[in-house]
Amino acid sequence: MADARSGEPAIRIRDLVKIFGSDEAAGVADVRAGLDKPQLLARNGQVLALDGIDLDVAAGSIQVVMGLSGSGKSTLVRHVNRLIEPSAGSIAVLGEDVLAMSPRRLRDFRRRHISMVFQRFALLPHRTVRQNVAYGLKIIGRARHERREAAMRWIERVGLGGYEDAYPAQLSGGMQQRVGLARALATDADILLMDEAFSALDPLIRADMQSVLLGLQTELKKTIVFITHDLDEALRLGDSIAILRDGRIVQRGSTPEIVLRPADAYVRDFVAQVNRGRVLRVGAVMQPGSVDETSGAVQLTAGMWVEEAVRQLSDAGASLGRVVDASGKVLGTVTQAALVAAMVTPPLTSP
Amino acid sequence: MDWIWHFPQIEGRTLRESARAVDQHYRAFSRAWGGSIEAAFRPLLDFLLWFESLLITTPWWLIIAAAAAIVWLASRSTIVTIGSVAALLLIGLFGLWEDTMRTLSIIIVCTVIAIAIGLPVGVAMAWSNRVRTIISPVLDVMQTMPSFVYLIPIVMLLGIGLIPGLIVVVIYAVPPMIRLTDLGIRLVDREVLEAADAFGSSRWQTLWQVQLPLALPTIMTGINQTIMMALAMVVVASLIGVRGLGQPVLQAITNQYFTQGLLNGLAIVAIAIIFDRASQAYGRRLQQHREATRNG
Ligand SMILES: Nc1ncnc2c1ncn2[C@@H]1O[C@H](COP(=O)(O)OP(=O)(O)O)[C@@H](O)[C@H]1O
Ligand SMILES: [Mg+2]
Repeated sequence: MADARSGEPAIRIRDLVKIFGSDEAAGVADVRAGLDKPQLLARNGQVLALDGIDLDVAAGSIQVVMGLSGSGKSTLVRHVNRLIEPSAGSIAVLGEDVLAMSPRRLRDFRRRHISMVFQRFALLPHRTVRQNVAYGLKIIGRARHERREAAMRWIERVGLGGYEDAYPAQLSGGMQQRVGLARALATDADILLMDEAFSALDPLIRADMQSVLLGLQTELKKTIVFITHDLDEALRLGDSIAILRDGRIVQRGSTPEIVLRPADAYVRDFVAQVNRGRVLRVGAVMQPGSVDETSGAVQLTAGMWVEEAVRQLSDAGASLGRVVDASGKVLGTVTQAALVAAMVTPPLTSP
Repeated sequence: MDWIWHFPQIEGRTLRESARAVDQHYRAFSRAWGGSIEAAFRPLLDFLLWFESLLITTPWWLIIAAAAAIVWLASRSTIVTIGSVAALLLIGLFGLWEDTMRTLSIIIVCTVIAIAIGLPVGVAMAWSNRVRTIISPVLDVMQTMPSFVYLIPIVMLLGIGLIPGLIVVVIYAVPPMIRLTDLGIRLVDREVLEAADAFGSSRWQTLWQVQLPLALPTIMTGINQTIMMALAMVVVASLIGVRGLGQPVLQAITNQYFTQGLLNGLAIVAIAIIFDRASQAYGRRLQQHREATRNG
């Protein structure tokens, strides 16, 4: 078993190919020979859902996978707990080869080590909130009082105290997804798969749920694979973001890497919609190096949003900022011009 | 060129002879095995007779009280309960009590057997497309074949009496139970099933925790239809010696007793309505919290 200290990724995916349609093996050979998604569909009538995916997810981090509808996100995430069998490639989770697991071992793995949150909640309509949250514990045969206790604890944690006897249909969408989240957390699994978990919610509720998740994550340090088609959500939640297009990962990186250096026009189109001043931090824009103390620069922290830094510099009438970390150590400098440039969306030019 | 104007049919003699051969073989089979098959059904027959006499010997007011309690628990509806009690009182008043109890007894036993067969077969059909392609045409035959036709071999094998009657009724009544169990399970939301899988449920856990509970309203419809079809067979079953409300109807046909026929027919209708309203109200109650108004 891997843990955060060993440096081994919690999830390691190599050269994963998934083809929907008959005779997957022949399709894989064609894909290896260089056919892409439209070509494979035209020639074999097969859908190429994933095309040579390599992905490492560090233990305790949130890996966001983003892409347009049909780009293969749901298919990818379902390979991690083997709800879908790959056409080719390898998947190791917590150091264990998922594809080598017997049906019995796979069940046990799903019961204890990995859990999932669904886009349309997928709650049991005939069970109360408490019974839904306790579902995973019932499956592994925990005693009734133990299930009840654990379920109540998680219901409180996701802020649903008082609703434990309600049925899902009596709750709003946001509340139902809190139940879904509590159900996934109740099994104490190390890995959490979230397939567009917040996409069905209204924007305000969605932001709310993102906060709930980030709040829980600071304490729980789960390994989370979070699927979304919304860039703002991706940038807010992701320690690392992978962008998927037609079954291929076109770019992988942290928020500033994606925003400042989009790999191609597809990513640039995504990035064009975001409020860059509020997804980039000063640390990503600054010039490292020491500063002359006498330069009279305004002090900025590396974790500050670029938008906020611009405001502080212009309020002070300064054109240069001194960037420090949380403990006050000087990290480098940043100019007002660099901050403003970072906020402006570069023109959309197709390569 | 005769075949253009006349269908080139198998010769009449050949047909007659092969039909006779089949009949003879079946007769030989039933002579050889009829006894042991009958013996195998003996415990069921004993149970049927015991249950029938239980319903008949229990005081009428106790039966009505029990029926009222069951209908109330199932439907939680005052109107349905009062209606059921009134119907049973009228049945007794017109002197049909004993026959009604006999009919009730065989209907209840047939329904229980149909559920016991239909539920597992329906589940097997939902689980496996192979099973489905095999069973489905069999059900088509069972539902369209006139019941008088399969009456013949059953009577040849087991004679007349309660057991052959019960078999005929079950054959007629079990298809909706099987089909609606299959349908109910297949209609279960795929995402919920995926969630059950993702949490490591075994096949049986998924069946008990997710598929059957979610299919229950549809399965209840199947049970309701099974009861209705069993009741529809009461008169046919009386042809082969099943006593109850069917026999007076049969008598009424041969003797042109219109009123007797009508009264017994109405008693059958009354029982059907009681079962139908109670089981439908129960099915609706099962659905209740699934459609509760949002108040979050
Ligand atoms: N069961 C399936 N059979 C055939 N094609 C499928 C199936 N599931 C997904 N696909 C196809 O695979 C591609 C990726 O789908 P999906 O992973 O659902 O994308 P996303 O979640 O990003 O919207 C799409 O082209 C979709 O049509
Ligand atoms: Mg999807």
